[in-house]
Amino acid sequence: MIDYTQRTNRILQQLPPSGIRRFFDIANEMEDVISLSVGEPDFHTPWHIREEGIASLEKGRTRYTPNRGFAALRQEIGRFLSRHYAVDYDPATEILVTVGGSEAIDLCVRSLLNPGDEVLIPEPSFVCYVPITRMAGGVPVTVETRAENGFRLTAEALEAKITAKSKLLILPYPNNPTGAVMRREDLEAVARVVERHGLLVLSDEIYAELTYGGAAHVAFSSLPGMRERTVLINGFSKTYSMTGWRLGYAAGPREILALMTKLHQFAIMSAPTTSQYAAIEALKNGDEDVAYMRRQYDLRRRLIVDGLNKMGLPCFEPEGAFYVFPSIQSTGLTSQAFCEKLLYARRVAVVPGDAFGASGEGYVRISYSYSIAHIAEALERIHAFLQHDL
Amino acid sequence: MLENESLLELLEEDAKLTPAQLSAMLGVSEEEVRSAVARLEKEGVIKGYRTLVNWERVSAPAATALIELKVTPKKDTGFDEIAGRIMNFPEVRSVALMSGGFDLAVTVAGKTMSDIAMFVARRLAPIEGVLSTATHFVLTRYKEGGVIFHSEYEEIDERGSNLCD
Repeated sequence: MIDYTQRTNRILQQLPPSGIRRFFDIANEMEDVISLSVGEPDFHTPWHIREEGIASLEKGRTRYTPNRGFAALRQEIGRFLSRHYAVDYDPATEILVTVGGSEAIDLCVRSLLNPGDEVLIPEPSFVCYVPITRMAGGVPVTVETRAENGFRLTAEALEAKITAKSKLLILPYPNNPTGAVMRREDLEAVARVVERHGLLVLSDEIYAELTYGGAAHVAFSSLPGMRERTVLINGFSKTYSMTGWRLGYAAGPREILALMTKLHQFAIMSAPTTSQYAAIEALKNGDEDVAYMRRQYDLRRRLIVDGLNKMGLPCFEPEGAFYVFPSIQSTGLTSQAFCEKLLYARRVAVVPGDAFGASGEGYVRISYSYSIAHIAEALERIHAFLQHDL
Repeated sequence: MLENESLLELLEEDAKLTPAQLSAMLGVSEEEVRSAVARLEKEGVIKGYRTLVNWERVSAPAATALIELKVTPKKDTGFDEIAGRIMNFPEVRSVALMSGGFDLAVTVAGKTMSDIAMFVARRLAPIEGVLSTATHFVLTRYKEGGVIFHSEYEEIDERGSNLCD
């Protein structure tokens, strides 16, 4: 018998298993569960975008694309970034098309880190930054964010975690799971710390198009001096409801992008061809679809924030992505216990906040990428749960 | 400020939304929602609240047909008078004046196809000014009122609970 623990990667073995896997397994087994747990849009990919993918297949366009992605797509990405966030990147050398934003994150971290380098990761946040950092031989250093600051990263909190080994800051805004966004002045304060300590920045802006209440997204690389330090990551999944197409991109200094492209060509070759054809259409003619979906998300956001606040689960006003992050501390339960009880008692599935880092304890993540009727029903059940089952 | 368009769009999508829910979504008071709805009802902007039923899922399927009518418009009243006569029949579900190859599009519902055929022959065709009729029966409803009816294409939520989303 082979002892596989001796023959497989030790870092990977030691990564803790996901705490919420078991929870999802229970939810999936149960009947009549209303879920508010997923992190992908409920909208279908707009039809004109799907049609372009289909048309490319009909024409037999089924081969690899250039490693960096089609030139036409990179050009459209460049135009999009310039039009929406006033940042300019050279499509030939500063933009790379990847398999989802996730691949871009992985490439970026692996391209930048040497063993022992520290990566500053605000929490609560997307669950992949820590494992990816570890696999790259880096040391994750979490920076807790708090509800009283709107879950924004403050310069003070960041400064407090910086050491001589700090290399990279991950900026995950608009934020999953809290819905927090960073305003220009918040980013400027962070930029001063970045400058002072010579950090690099991975700015994960996958939810950039989904912000509400007037304040448009500010790309970190648009701040003075930050372009040369920042890799901007975005993609098509959340913006255009294209999760299954697996398409994202990175934009940044050509020296870093050259390394990421080298790694990408060895590991992946090129991002899916059909998806790239569809994505060109999305960027060219998709602004109205995005505006429509943003409006729908905003209506749902208002409904759910109002509902949760009224039933006594205080909710800071989320301004981006499609999540709310209410405090459940008034119930006296842990996040895990709250979610399990809610699931068993009323068959509503939400995600425990501590799944996104220890500082998420006392909160739950509720997704509003569901229909209004679905959300209304779930809110009724949560209300009944709070009144009768605690 | 309550925008009527936003309110109407929400209600058109789902008439069951309560004033409380609408007030949260639109950022106005419940009272404003109530009075706006009352006003829109009174003004005839809101014409009613109904349920979208997929009758094909119920045991006895009803028949529906689209009738194309070519008519001669009256000198003074144009198409209005003839349309008015047609829409008084309870069997008639909708009447619209069309551009193109025919004049009036009339949808008719009945228990069976032959009921509808008889209705067209006895009631519609003899009306003065009706030049010709062409009856097209609905065989399957794929989509109606913006909602997909056909089971193979019905909306299903196949999103799993991915940890890394």
